[in-house]
This record gives sequence, C-alpha cells and structure tokens, in this order.
Amino acid sequence: MSECCSKQDDQTDIRKTSTELTFGDRMGALKVRCGIGRNNYKIKPGLYAVGDPDDSSPVLVSANYKLTFDSLRKELKGMDCYLLILDTKGVNVWCAAGKGTFGTEELLNRIKKTKLADVVSHKKLILPQLGAPGICAHNVKRRSGFEVIYGPVRAADIKAFIAADMEATDEMRKVRFTMRDRTVLTPMEFIPAMKLSLLVFGLLFLANLIASRPFGIEDLAIYMGAVVFGTIITPILLPFIPVRAFSLKGWILGLLWTIYALWAFGWLQDDMITAAGYLFFLPSLSAYFAMNFTGASTYTSFSGVMKEMKAAVPFIIVTVIIGIVLLIFGKVI
Amino acid sequence: MRYLKNVTTLKLNEKKCLGCQRCKEVCPHNVFLMNDMKASIRDRDACMECGACMKNCPVNAISVDSGVGCAMAIIKGWLTGKEPSCGCSDDDCC
Repeated sequence: MSECCSKQDDQTDIRKTSTELTFGDRMGALKVRCGIGRNNYKIKPGLYAVGDPDDSSPVLVSANYKLTFDSLRKELKGMDCYLLILDTKGVNVWCAAGKGTFGTEELLNRIKKTKLADVVSHKKLILPQLGAPGICAHNVKRRSGFEVIYGPVRAADIKAFIAADMEATDEMRKVRFTMRDRTVLTPMEFIPAMKLSLLVFGLLFLANLIASRPFGIEDLAIYMGAVVFGTIITPILLPFIPVRAFSLKGWILGLLWTIYALWAFGWLQDDMITAAGYLFFLPSLSAYFAMNFTGASTYTSFSGVMKEMKAAVPFIIVTVIIGIVLLIFGKVI
Repeated sequence: MRYLKNVTTLKLNEKKCLGCQRCKEVCPHNVFLMNDMKASIRDRDACMECGACMKNCPVNAISVDSGVGCAMAIIKGWLTGKEPSCGCSDDDCC
C-alpha cells in the first residue's frame, strides 16, 4: 500500500488510508475484473485509520481483498473511523465468510493482535452483513466483549446506516444483483471460457487436416456466438429469461442463436448433418457456461444448484457427444 | 430474482426462538418475519442456504445445510471427492 505511513510489521501499528482511489487503484480493479493477478490482490490485515479517528470512533470490519478494501474506503469520505481488516487470503467478504476465513476465530485473533480494546474505548464492531455466514456474533461477544453490529450489505449505505443510529432499513439488508453487477462479472466468465476454447480450436485445426469440408470462419463465428451467449448475454439478461434454472436459461439463448446462425449461413438446407450437430452441441455449450454463473450469482442455493445439475449435467454430456459425432460425420466423412 | 422452488433445507424451530431478530437482520433475502417477538419464515423459496441465520442464532433454533450455490464448486467436488468449496483459484470464479 502506497499510503502506508509505517514500514514496520508490528500489528499494533495503525496505518493511515485515504478515501480517494488513485489511478493505480482503478487500473488494479480493472485487471482483477479480467482475472489478472486476481488471487494475489491483497493488502495487509490489521488496523487502518480513515480521517482522524479517536477512541470513540466507529470500527468497521472488512476483508483484505484489495478490491473490497478500495470499494469500502471510497464510501467513507469525510468520516473518521477505523477499519479492522481480517486476513481472508485476499478473498471478498461474502466468499470468505462462506469458507470461514472471514470468521469468528480470525476476528477474535485480529482484535487481540491489533490490541483494539486499547485503541477504542467502546465495545462495538460494525461488520458487513454479508460477513454473517462466517461469524457467530454471540460467541464474539462472549469471548472478546465486543458486540457485533451487522451493517448494511453495500458499503455505499454505511454513512446512512451510521447516521440512522446503526439501524439498517430493509432495503439496506437485501442483496441485489443489478444488470451492472452482473455485467462487471462477465469478463471472468468469458475469459476462462476462451481458454477452454483454445483447446477446441486446436482440435478443429487437427480435424481440418483430414476434413473433406474443413471448418471455416463461419464455424468459428457460430461457435463463438454460443460462448458469448452462455458467458455474457445470459448473465446480463438473467432475470428476463422466463425460466429459473441457469443452464436452461443458457440453453434457450444458445438454441435461439444456433437456429439463427444456421439459417443465416444457409446450413439448414445445404448441410443438414452439420446443422444437426451444431443444434445438439452449441445450446448445451451455452447451457454449461450459463450454469457456471450460479457461482457468481447472489441468490442460488446449494440444494438448488445440485437439483439443477442432476438434470443438466447428464443432458449436456449426452448432447455434446451426439453433436460432436454428427459434426465429425458432416465435416470429415 | 427467484431460483428453484421447494429446494431449501432451511428449518426453524419457532418454540426455541427468543425473538432476538438476528436471523432477520443477517438474512440477505428477507426470508424471516418477526411476529410478537417470534421469528417465522416468510419466504422460504428465497433462501440461498448461506447459513448466516443458523450461525448467528444464539439458541440453535435454525438449521440449514449451508453450502455454496456454485456449479463449478460442485463439479470440482465431484471430481476430487471433496466437499464442494468455493475455490477461487486460477481460472474459475466463485
């Protein structure tokens, strides 16, 4: 951190931090959104000071993923408070809470290491509500004396929450998943899918060596369309596709795309075996990518995803195999 | 936004409830309702099994098989034989 005032490693140090994000912070955010250096984008755990806090200032608890830290501090302009940053191994609050790294033990440990009880005279901690799956509030109270107050879901509501005597409205307590929220997540769907696709391109290249009707630019286009529909368009249009299972959402859009592209390329009449191959293969490919978006979403349950997968995964495997066999027949033989 | 119906493992034992309101407070999908200082389930199908309510209930009145609603984690769990966990490793997302 460039804004660290101290070079020492001592945990009792309070590092100063700013509420202004630099160009470097913004570029860093852009990079991790694209998956570059995403697993090592972290700051030092410990106590940070925003503004000029004293012993009565509020203490906000958060994770040491730098994207999390930055989105929190930029919402604290004009405030004097402390940030108690837990070591979540560079993972955001909600995911870390699910794993237990944003957890009771780490919180108690960090309170002790930072000697928080000597820094502030009150016994209140404000935690992000989405940290609750990892925290046992009554045990924190029992073992450290600090009372856990669950703040709002979004950092943007913190000022209003504190101003309202730490009362959150129902709206502050509800997690959302807006089109903007979904859109910023799509590069992390598309880029890994493209890595997987390089393998497919390699196989197509090999197939072309013996193909009587080689794969061409139109094949690339129809394939890429299915990837884009599964990884980008389905997530963006998520609530507007009138079924609930993510894989089915992706399958429907993938099917619409495939039919459109086959019609546009004239393959429905001219090359029916290839067309049938793509009709089996591509909607299922979109379905697979869309299904993976369950992990990024804010409202899917383990039991639900399990139920969806028990039907979707066998369906995807069978249709992809049939599709590939038909494509080989259509192209090579 | 709604996910699949009738799948959640969430259970609330209303007899044990002390009315502390923690469950209502931590739930990100407004599943609980407080009535006469007793919690009740208002919207079961909105539950995403994050486990926050269970973890923060001081009298263990709530049970839920909490886990990650993430297909990639479940596939990884099937392949490795481990408990599905949100492993935000190199090229997947949690």
